[in-house]
Amino acid sequence: MLTKRIIACLDVRGGRVVKGVKFVDIVDAGDPAELAHRHAAAGADEIVLLDITATHEGRGTLLDTVKRTAAALFVPFTVGGGIRSAEDAAAVFDAGADKVSINSSAIARPELIGEIGGSFGAQAVIVAVDARRVEGRGVEEAEVFVSGGRKAAGRRVLDWVREAEERGAGEILLTSMDTDGMRSGFDCELTAMVSGAVQIPVIASGGAGTAGHFVEVFGQGKADAALAASIFHFGVTDSRELKAALQLAGVPVRLPC
Amino acid sequence: MIAIIDYKAGNLTSVVKTLNYLGVHEMVVTQDPAVVYGAAKVVLPGVGHFQATSLLHELGLADAVRESIAKGAWFLGICVGLQWLFEGSTEAPGATGLGHFAGRCERFPAQFEGVELKSPHVGWNSLERLSAYSRLLRGVERGGFVYYTHSWRAPVIHETAAVTEYGGAFTGVVEKDNVMGVQFHPEKSSAVGLQVLKNFVEL
Repeated sequence: MLTKRIIACLDVRGGRVVKGVKFVDIVDAGDPAELAHRHAAAGADEIVLLDITATHEGRGTLLDTVKRTAAALFVPFTVGGGIRSAEDAAAVFDAGADKVSINSSAIARPELIGEIGGSFGAQAVIVAVDARRVEGRGVEEAEVFVSGGRKAAGRRVLDWVREAEERGAGEILLTSMDTDGMRSGFDCELTAMVSGAVQIPVIASGGAGTAGHFVEVFGQGKADAALAASIFHFGVTDSRELKAALQLAGVPVRLPC
Repeated sequence: MIAIIDYKAGNLTSVVKTLNYLGVHEMVVTQDPAVVYGAAKVVLPGVGHFQATSLLHELGLADAVRESIAKGAWFLGICVGLQWLFEGSTEAPGATGLGHFAGRCERFPAQFEGVELKSPHVGWNSLERLSAYSRLLRGVERGGFVYYTHSWRAPVIHETAAVTEYGGAFTGVVEKDNVMGVQFHPEKSSAVGLQVLKNFVEL
């Protein structure tokens, strides 16, 4: 049986994993390679590394980090942040990534999806969508935001995910800006809407606080996978504990051996 | 010497890296039929479109593989590499497979048992109905999880060594004598995947 995936996400700045607490402070949470391996050993189904600086100077550091992280990592490994061209993507694949995640650059130039997919296969392209609901309107009016959530893209989430799929995206990584960092649960209604609108897998992100939240997003939210970031970092729980709880709740998961 | 065939279908880094990790140092990534023919083991990786395999015929690699198999070299096809061992795929009706195994690859059905089936099939799924005689699956247990990402699948045939269920059973592993294929990505399949590759390396 196809299992629901738990994906551990590492935000990286200047070669270190960082984590914002209460939206501002950046706390050093460790070495990316070390943390990625720890997550994989604890049963994370995939690792995502997001470069949150994504500056020109930082690219060399990032590629080095990707290389070190990928060296002995035998689960799918996604890298995102600052990938603006097929060449940027190629460099990241060369360093050992299996998939890239593109966000603002795909909105700015949607052809990028097909360009990367054409060379590396659709399975290697994740289109990340930052979504925010519009006050007083239904979930179908939720809007896409870019530039780290600072700018409205002027597009509905529903339209954009359909276009991304048509252009050859392999998966959608859907982050709810309304629930992100709140640890009060995923936006299941939003996730279910997107999952129903596309055939490709949908990874839910934003709002994980408890194992119960994952049960909800896999059930009501119809998510194929869920991203967990802050829930893992400081030993709150790990994939092993999370998956044991999910299994008890009847969610099919790959249990670590 | 292991020859890894590069037919410009996706990313070979992961496969090379994993074989390195398993202690393989004698390997070459190649498009040269002579190198393929001369190798004791041949790996055909591949993520991408079945159409990309037409390059194997154009470059004379298909003949090199056929001859190499005939003289007893070990062969492992991964993902599209497994599919290519069959007669063909509806993904690219014009491109022929090696035809070493009978049957054609087809797309997952849009529905299964009255329920909508999502495609591609992406994620960790289990290996079932393992053949006790499989050399590739030595030490792998029934229910072991492996990572898949594909929209087309090979039918279950006599030489199927393990199946996976998604919209019905399909061939997860095929094996007959020296010719083997896996639909999943062993290089991304954690402990089970490493065991499969280790088995191949140690043949």
